[in-house]
Amino acid sequence: MSILVNKDTRVITQGITGSQGLFHTQQALQYGTKMVGGVTPGKGGTTVEGVPVFNTVADAVKETGANASVIYVPPGFAADAIMEAVDAELDLVICITEGIPVLDMVKVRRFMEGRHTRLIGPNCPGVITPGECKIGIMPGYIHTPGKVGVVSRSGTLTYEAVYQLTTRNIGQSTAVGIGGDPVNGTNFLDVLKMFNDDPDTEAVIMIGEIGGTAEEQAAEWIRHHMSKPVVGFIAGATAPPGRRMGHAGAIISGGSGTAASKKAKMEECGIRVANTPSEMGSTLAQVLEERGLLEKCTIK
Amino acid sequence: MNIHEYQAKSVLAQYGVAVPQGKVAFTVDEAISAAKELGGKAVVKAQIHAGGRGKAGGVKLSRSISEVEENGKSLLGKTLVTHQTGPQGKVVKRLLIEQLTNIQKEYYIGLVLDRASNRVVMMASAEGGMEIEEVAAKTPEKIFRETIDPAVGLSPYQARNLAFAMGIPDKLVNKAVKFMTGLYTAFVDKDCSIAEINPLVVTAEGDVMALDAKLNFDDNALYRHPDIVALRDLDEEDPKETAASRFGLNYIALDGNIGCMVNGAGLAMATMDTIKYYGGEPANFLDVGGGATEENITEAFKIILSDDKVEGILVNIFGGIMKCDIIANGVVAAAKQVGLEKPLVVRLEGTNVDLGKEILGKSGLNIVAADSLADAAQRIVALV
Repeated sequence: MSILVNKDTRVITQGITGSQGLFHTQQALQYGTKMVGGVTPGKGGTTVEGVPVFNTVADAVKETGANASVIYVPPGFAADAIMEAVDAELDLVICITEGIPVLDMVKVRRFMEGRHTRLIGPNCPGVITPGECKIGIMPGYIHTPGKVGVVSRSGTLTYEAVYQLTTRNIGQSTAVGIGGDPVNGTNFLDVLKMFNDDPDTEAVIMIGEIGGTAEEQAAEWIRHHMSKPVVGFIAGATAPPGRRMGHAGAIISGGSGTAASKKAKMEECGIRVANTPSEMGSTLAQVLEERGLLEKCTIK
Repeated sequence: MNIHEYQAKSVLAQYGVAVPQGKVAFTVDEAISAAKELGGKAVVKAQIHAGGRGKAGGVKLSRSISEVEENGKSLLGKTLVTHQTGPQGKVVKRLLIEQLTNIQKEYYIGLVLDRASNRVVMMASAEGGMEIEEVAAKTPEKIFRETIDPAVGLSPYQARNLAFAMGIPDKLVNKAVKFMTGLYTAFVDKDCSIAEINPLVVTAEGDVMALDAKLNFDDNALYRHPDIVALRDLDEEDPKETAASRFGLNYIALDGNIGCMVNGAGLAMATMDTIKYYGGEPANFLDVGGGATEENITEAFKIILSDDKVEGILVNIFGGIMKCDIIANGVVAAAKQVGLEKPLVVRLEGTNVDLGKEILGKSGLNIVAADSLADAAQRIVALV
C-alpha cells in the first residue's frame, strides 16, 4: 500500500500542451503512471502522446474517469486551474506551478472549503509511489518501492532524501512534496496522519524549512499520536531574517519560524533531526536499527 | 518588493486612507519649496527601505524654512544606521517633506497573511510607535486580531471591533473604520504581503491618519501591477541581486567567502547550512531554479564572482527538471569566459548526471568533483 496515489490512480494533466506539461506527461507515461487525459482550453479533440485532450476538466473527468489531476499551467492561471479541478470533484489535485500570487491561493483555499478534493502544492515536485505512480517533476529512477514515507516542503531536498535511502537499499512507500508556498493545500500534519494510518509505511522522513509553524504543529502531533519513528531535517539555519529564501514561504518574520526553534521543538517531541542534509539517510537508518525495523525496511 | 514611505502613502491615499500632506524631495531646494507649500513648517523624513528611522535620527521636526534647509542638508547623502539596516547602514537619497501633525495618541494597525488560517489578518493595538514584534512577545493581550474572509472582505463590524478594542475615541470610530476598510482594499487590490501603519494617529483636529506607512508586495503578483513595479528603487537593492533577478535567478547576498550555486530553494539553503556546519561561511544564496538555460548558469557564475569576498565556489545540483549536462555546460562556459582562478567544487546528481560529469571532466578546467553535499562542503571549506 501507499498514500495518495497508486497503480489505480487515473491522472489528467492540466496544461498538457505546454512544454512542461508535455515533457512531464511523457515522463509519467514512461514510468507507468495511468495518464488518461489532458486539458488545454481550445485544444479539445486532439491527442498528445496518445492521450486525449479536452477543453475542460469536467469533460476530461466525464470521458476518462480520472480521479486525479496534475497542473502545469503558468502562475497567473494556476489558481483558476485548481478551482476548475476542485469543481470537477477530483479526489486529488497536484499543482506543480511555482509563483502563484499568495492572495490567489487564499481565495482557492476559501473556494475549497466544504469540498472533498485534496490539493497538494502548489510550488511542489508532486507525489510518487515508487513502481506504481509518478505525478510530478521528480526524477523517477532514484526511487525504489519500500516502506519509508517522505514528506517535504522542498523538491530537491526530497530527491536528496530519496536518493540517500535508495543507495542504502531502503525503499519508499510514497514521497510527497507539499511545496514551498506560505498557503498550500496540504501540510505536514495531513501527510503524517496518512503515513501513520498506512500499514505499509514503517517510518517517515520529514523535511522542513524556515518560515511558518507547520513543522512545530506537526511535531506536537507526532509527540502524542504518531506510532512510527520520524526523522527530520530543517533547511535555513544560515538564512538572514526578513528575506524570502527562494520559496515564498521560506522567510523568518518577526523572529519566528527560525530553523533553530523548529529543530528544538522537533527534538523535544522525539524526532531525530539530522545536522546536515547528507545525514538524512544515515540518521533514518540508525533510528530503524534502534527500533529493530531496519531489516524490515531493507530491500533484499 | 518594498517601496518608500512616501510612495506607500500615495498608494494608500488612492483608497481613501487618510495621510498627512507631503511631498518627496531629492534635493535641498526641492525640500525648501515643498516646505513653503506647507506653510514653512514641516517634518523632514529620510526615505530608506528600513524601519527605525526616527530613533536613528532620520526624522527631523523643522519649525522654519531655515531649519528645513539645515535638516535637508544634514540628511541627504547621510548614511543612516538603524536596527534594520545592518551596521553598514543605508545612504539617504530621498526625503519626505510632510506637514506637522498634532498627535493626540498613537496606535498600530497591520495586515499580514496568517499561515495557520490561510487568510489575511488585521492586527490592531493601542501600543503605537512600538515594535509590534516586541508587543507580541511581551504583552500579546494588547494586540487585537480579526481574521478576514476573502470572499466577504473586511466587514465594518470587524473594523469596529478593532477600533473599540484599541480605544479609538467613540466619535472617531467611523473614521477609523473608513481607514481600515481602505487599507484592506489597498492590500488586496495591490497584492501586498505586509501593510503596517505604525503609528496610526488621532490628531487634535479629530483626524485618523497614517503617520508612517509600510507596504511590501508579493513578488509573484507584480506582473499584474505595473504601477507598483514603477515604484521600485534600485538604489535600495544589492546590484548583484538586481542583476540576478534580470536572469530569473534567485540570489541573496550574504557576508561569507564561499559562493554557492544550487538548484532548488530548499537545497540552496541546506547547502549554505552545510558549509557553515563544516566551519565555512556562505557568500550567497543562489537558486538557479528548474528552468535555467546555459546562459542563465553563465550569468549566475559571473554574479557570484562579481562579489570580491568570494574565494571559492561550490556548485551543488540535484537534477530533477534541471539536467546536469546543462549545468555542466554553463559552468564550463562561464569559467572560460571569466577566467576562473578560484577553487571550484562541483557536486552533480540526478538527471543526466553521467553526461554532466563527462563535460566537466573533459573541460580541462581545474574542477574538484565531490560525491555528496557533505563531501563538497568539506572540500570547499578546506580549499578557501
